[in-house]
Amino acid sequence: MGKKIAMETNQLAAFAMAQIDPDVVAAYPITPSTEVVQEFSKYVANGEVTTEFVPVESEHSAISACLGAATAGARVMTATASQGLALMNEILHIASSSRAPISVVVASRALSGPINIHGDHMDISSIRDAGWIIMVAEDAQEAYDNIIQSIPIAERARFPIITSYDGFITSHAVEVAEVLEKEEVQKFIGPKKPDYSVFEDKLTIGVLALQDSYIEFKRKQAEDYDKVVDIVKQVGKEYGDLTGRYYDTIEKYMTDDAEVIMVVMGSTAGTAKVVVDQMRAEGHKVGLLKIRLFRPVPKDDIISVLRTADAVMVMDRAFTYGGIGGPLFEEISAAMNDLPCRPYMANYIYGLGGRDIKPSHIRQVFEDGLKAVKGCGFDQQIKWITVRE
Amino acid sequence: MAKELMPKSWKEFPDGIHVEVKDQPQGFDYITAGWRTFRPEVNLDKCVHCMICWLVCPDNAVVVKDGKMTGFFYDHCKGCGVCANECPVKAIEMVPEVK
Repeated sequence: MGKKIAMETNQLAAFAMAQIDPDVVAAYPITPSTEVVQEFSKYVANGEVTTEFVPVESEHSAISACLGAATAGARVMTATASQGLALMNEILHIASSSRAPISVVVASRALSGPINIHGDHMDISSIRDAGWIIMVAEDAQEAYDNIIQSIPIAERARFPIITSYDGFITSHAVEVAEVLEKEEVQKFIGPKKPDYSVFEDKLTIGVLALQDSYIEFKRKQAEDYDKVVDIVKQVGKEYGDLTGRYYDTIEKYMTDDAEVIMVVMGSTAGTAKVVVDQMRAEGHKVGLLKIRLFRPVPKDDIISVLRTADAVMVMDRAFTYGGIGGPLFEEISAAMNDLPCRPYMANYIYGLGGRDIKPSHIRQVFEDGLKAVKGCGFDQQIKWITVRE
Repeated sequence: MAKELMPKSWKEFPDGIHVEVKDQPQGFDYITAGWRTFRPEVNLDKCVHCMICWLVCPDNAVVVKDGKMTGFFYDHCKGCGVCANECPVKAIEMVPEVK
């Protein structure tokens, strides 16, 4: 058993980064992830880490410096959120195509405008096609565990990774978490083994590939990206062997005999588990599927849980302008398309800009599902909730 | 990438955009001359080996051995024609890339 400490999740994220002791951190702080950079800079100032800390003038520069350092073979981390992640967008694509295993901590936050600093999943959703691995944590413990796991996942997959948790709701909440010793973390992640040396190997970095070869590079990248699902599972198992906390790409909660299954990501999973317990006590067969790995989508794992359900309620703390539902619903819907017998599927857009989601809201969603199963589906497939009607 | 060096399948392509370089005359394995429409050809009987073409070539595509201009490295030459334009004795001709 590791020791238990109480910290704000942001501080805990900085603590995890200090235990990882990356070679380089280049960062430009932004709410609600400011504290991660602020606290980490204290570890640097106190000489508790060997990290080269590079304060830069924007997020675009932060991720550019990270990419440069990663290209040189360094183990690199940073933290950001919202508009900061949006400003990184251009370099995010280059980093994933360069196969640079950078680890970025994101305290997920709404995108402007209107200007809003609170938690939702619009920032990570808007960069879902940048070729990064994206993991979403439910609470402080999982945020810490994901950050530690992010290093072996990224370095084995040779793709950059985002580990996120909900802005303010999780980032500024003090929670008790069980942590490892620094030596245990170092042993788990191992030393960084660069694929090449920029000093000794002859390399072309950032090559041009036009009509004659670009598509082959992309085909290869797509194939390797799909292999991330198995790497996440493998690292989650190894981490479980060390800590007793086993992780998969998804988390099932009372789904085995469930008629109605809710699919959810982030902190709302905690609230939903309480509601599942209450409704189970009342005799309703409801369950919960939490998505930990948002990209790449763990399609087979999702289907294996949802295939026996009668109704699937997908909760999106983000939306797409003019899309068919939110980003999660689009993926789950597409994944389920293969099934000969599809369950009823509905999408609930909720909690944008940090709007509170309460157990009563979640209960209402489950009740819509139970009603759909008894009757014939939903009045409305895509519904906004937690909104003034 | 030149056709003869292009892997037959996407499965054999390098990971990412870091391409390991093998020993080639100019030190590069990655071929950048795919879009050339005119190729420079030198008449060595006229050439005075002044090295002006070597100096002005933006792609290091003029091959020089023992102080003598001996021809072009066509994997890198993009056919810009600067060498032909600058040659003081008009020893270089730009020939269309048609077969």
